[in-house]
Amino acid sequence: MNTIRLFTRFTRGSVDLIGQGPRSYWAWLVFLLLLIVSGALAYSSQVTTGLAVTAMRDQVSWGFYIGNFTFLVGVAAAAVILVIPAYVYDWKPIREIVIYGELLAISAIVMCLLFVLVDIGRPDRFWHLLPPFGRLNFPQSILAWDVLVLNIYFLINFTVATHILYRAFNGKHYVKRLVVPMVLLSIPMAVGIHTVTAFLYNGLAARPYWNSSILAPQFLASAFCSGPAILLVVLQLLRKFTRFEIRDEAIHKIAELMAYAMFLNLFLHGAEAFKEYYSNTEHLLFTRYWYSGLGEHRTLVPFAWSAVALNVIAFGLFIVPKTRRNLITLNVGCLATYAGVYIEKGMGLIIPGLTPDALGEIYEYYPTLTELRVAAGIFALGFLIFTLMLKVAVPISLGEFSGVSRNSGGIQSEPEARDRAYASPAT
Amino acid sequence: MRLALLMVVGGMVSLGGDGQKPPAASAKPAAAGATEHLEVPPPPFTEGLFPCSGCHAGMTANRTRRTLKEMHDDIVLKHDEQHRWCLDCHDAADRDWLHLASGERVPFEESYRLCGQCHGEKLRDWRAGVHGRRTGSWSGTKKYLLCAHCHNPHQPRFHALAPKPAPVRPSRGARQ
Amino acid sequence: MSVEEQEGQVTRRMFTTGAAAGVATFIMTACGPKRLHEMPRERLRSAMREMEREYSARAGKGVTVSDTPALPGVEFAYALDISRCIGCRRCVYACVDENNQSRDPQVHWIRVLSMDKEKGVSFAESNPYYNPAEVPEEGKFYVPVACQQCRNAPCTKVCPTGATWTEPDGIVVIDYDWCIGCRYCMAACPYGARHFNWAEPVIPKDVVNGEMHVLGNRPRPKGVVEKCTFCIQRTRQGRYPACVEVCPVGARKFGNLLDKDSEIRYIIEHKRVLVLKEELHTVPRFFYFYAT
Repeated sequence: MNTIRLFTRFTRGSVDLIGQGPRSYWAWLVFLLLLIVSGALAYSSQVTTGLAVTAMRDQVSWGFYIGNFTFLVGVAAAAVILVIPAYVYDWKPIREIVIYGELLAISAIVMCLLFVLVDIGRPDRFWHLLPPFGRLNFPQSILAWDVLVLNIYFLINFTVATHILYRAFNGKHYVKRLVVPMVLLSIPMAVGIHTVTAFLYNGLAARPYWNSSILAPQFLASAFCSGPAILLVVLQLLRKFTRFEIRDEAIHKIAELMAYAMFLNLFLHGAEAFKEYYSNTEHLLFTRYWYSGLGEHRTLVPFAWSAVALNVIAFGLFIVPKTRRNLITLNVGCLATYAGVYIEKGMGLIIPGLTPDALGEIYEYYPTLTELRVAAGIFALGFLIFTLMLKVAVPISLGEFSGVSRNSGGIQSEPEARDRAYASPAT
Repeated sequence: MRLALLMVVGGMVSLGGDGQKPPAASAKPAAAGATEHLEVPPPPFTEGLFPCSGCHAGMTANRTRRTLKEMHDDIVLKHDEQHRWCLDCHDAADRDWLHLASGERVPFEESYRLCGQCHGEKLRDWRAGVHGRRTGSWSGTKKYLLCAHCHNPHQPRFHALAPKPAPVRPSRGARQ
Repeated sequence: MSVEEQEGQVTRRMFTTGAAAGVATFIMTACGPKRLHEMPRERLRSAMREMEREYSARAGKGVTVSDTPALPGVEFAYALDISRCIGCRRCVYACVDENNQSRDPQVHWIRVLSMDKEKGVSFAESNPYYNPAEVPEEGKFYVPVACQQCRNAPCTKVCPTGATWTEPDGIVVIDYDWCIGCRYCMAACPYGARHFNWAEPVIPKDVVNGEMHVLGNRPRPKGVVEKCTFCIQRTRQGRYPACVEVCPVGARKFGNLLDKDSEIRYIIEHKRVLVLKEELHTVPRFFYFYAT
């Protein structure tokens, strides 16, 4: 019954770890919980009244939820793609990087699935997608593909992360034969989930703005920017608050890679813009709606140009060696990247794709307070999951939390180690 | 050129009355004129006027073009009015009938043959069920309307209608 | 503990789990809701009786729900005479009445677009909200758009649950009990023909059309997609769709594409015909033509 004892100890220890932290940690948790409660309340009103409480209508039938979904698929993908440079440049803490990438991916996928769940009109029928009770229209529907790859990707990451952590907790090395192939598989899967998500839109001939083969590469390029942007900030926080080690050089290397990814992203946007404006077909309308508005319909224009500006700024900060080595400008660059890609892939992809609608009508969509609250709640839940997972994962990977230590509770005795364990990404 | 030819052909068919079926129209109802049975509702007579012989039986026909004063003063002819007058269509001898240019009398129930003299192509389309409104069954008996049900023969131009309400524009946000 | 014991435990647990899963599967597949076109006949019948009871109670009058299947040798098609349509919207409201569309929030399966004669068929410059005292307006023509019942339908292809499909007679239908409301079909439809129930549909009792088809005009719940079904409840009984019968100018034509004597074939063979967004290769069963 050794297994059960170890598992109980692991669970109890984890709960202990989660239950202890500095004030800033608790403030962060309370903040997240408040957002989650507010989101849950907003969602319950949405369930009662229907999606009429959102700003979505027949004309613009997808909006903020699906935009966030798309963005987060990118985050989930990129968090793991970062494993590639980890291998290529052979960092010392490869294992940890893989783990944190995977934990971020897990949180992001949870958020993705929640965003889909809150978007559908009949969440009570979600099981209609799940064979054998339901029926998944595979391989015809790209959405079926997406459901499939997202869940597989989730399972892979979940398995690898929990396996590595649990083994480490038990003082054992992870099973190489299990982990290495799965990590290697997770790389094409990461590319896969984002490609499939791009194809979701790409395959719709009814929407010329999406029906461009540049969409999937552009999705990947922008994901390569936004995913690492989050992870860079997280790694710095870990380095600051724990004994976790990352060389500056590694961070600069990631920033450099982000500069190339951002260049590619901007280049692909430019290529698309050139095609649209120079050929000047009737399909230009959608691009015009985004960048310059159509007549008095100009709601999105400020967003479009903020995204461009943020992306260009981020590119500048990352491509110049001096600014990417300075931690302040580096973090400004990360925020700019995150914000820029968030705007262009959330609002900038979904809404101009549907405006004007299939029959030429212009309905100006922008989210309602309900949508914002639900979305904030989902983000908060994702961050909560990520925070709690880090709270357990960091001490394990640092060897501070182990089932084979002298201490029966599984936690090392020095309180400093515990307190220095990952505290709060908010600070 | 082709159009003109079709019209001539259509016209001939109508003139012939019981002639062959129009060459281009292969649709079922366009069977040979004499045997064809087109289910039509009663012609849209003004109430209380038909049979016309009720008044006209003892009257001598006045063929001069003039402004009608005693009766039918509500009729304003706007249908090639330079070339047309009442008795070009209404039969002078028996007012309960119409007549074709050939002199052949046609009942009001078959007024489409009269219209078809000029509007051959329309008649052909109408027979095929393409011109005009149809009700009934798409697979079985189809109910036709006569030309006069939709077009006032004296002023055939289709009159304008008030449209039904426009759809409501989408409004943002909650609708409780 | 011995290896054997451990194995025994695992087996027992596996057996219990397996059995539970098996029972759950059986219950869900045998008793739970199911897609209409996979249901065994008797179950569909009893489901329909159940629907009739429910809808009758809600409407306060007798409601019949039929499941008349597609007729053999029939492929429906529609043709609309652009040169005749005057944009009066009689069809829009006849459709609402016939097909039990929600009055609030307003759902219209037919959208009549007013376009400039000078500019030709251009959606970007069309206007569905025109509201003059009289139609037709000078210099305008009208293009009513509803589901085009595409042979190469982008909407059915993308549905993740297979809740929408093309019937053998060409009608694209939706199973309102299986749709999860993801609205992917709406994004895929190039004609704006699919409509979502953003809130609980409201149909006053006295205007409910009690003659229903299970794949057609029965009431829809909140949160699912709906669309034109060529009045499946009428046309499968041999009748014309409501919009055809109401059109005051006779611009709307309907029939069997496989019957060479049908008016629809006559139109295709003798008139100038077009389909909307032909370049998308949706191959609609809805044709527009110019009779004059």
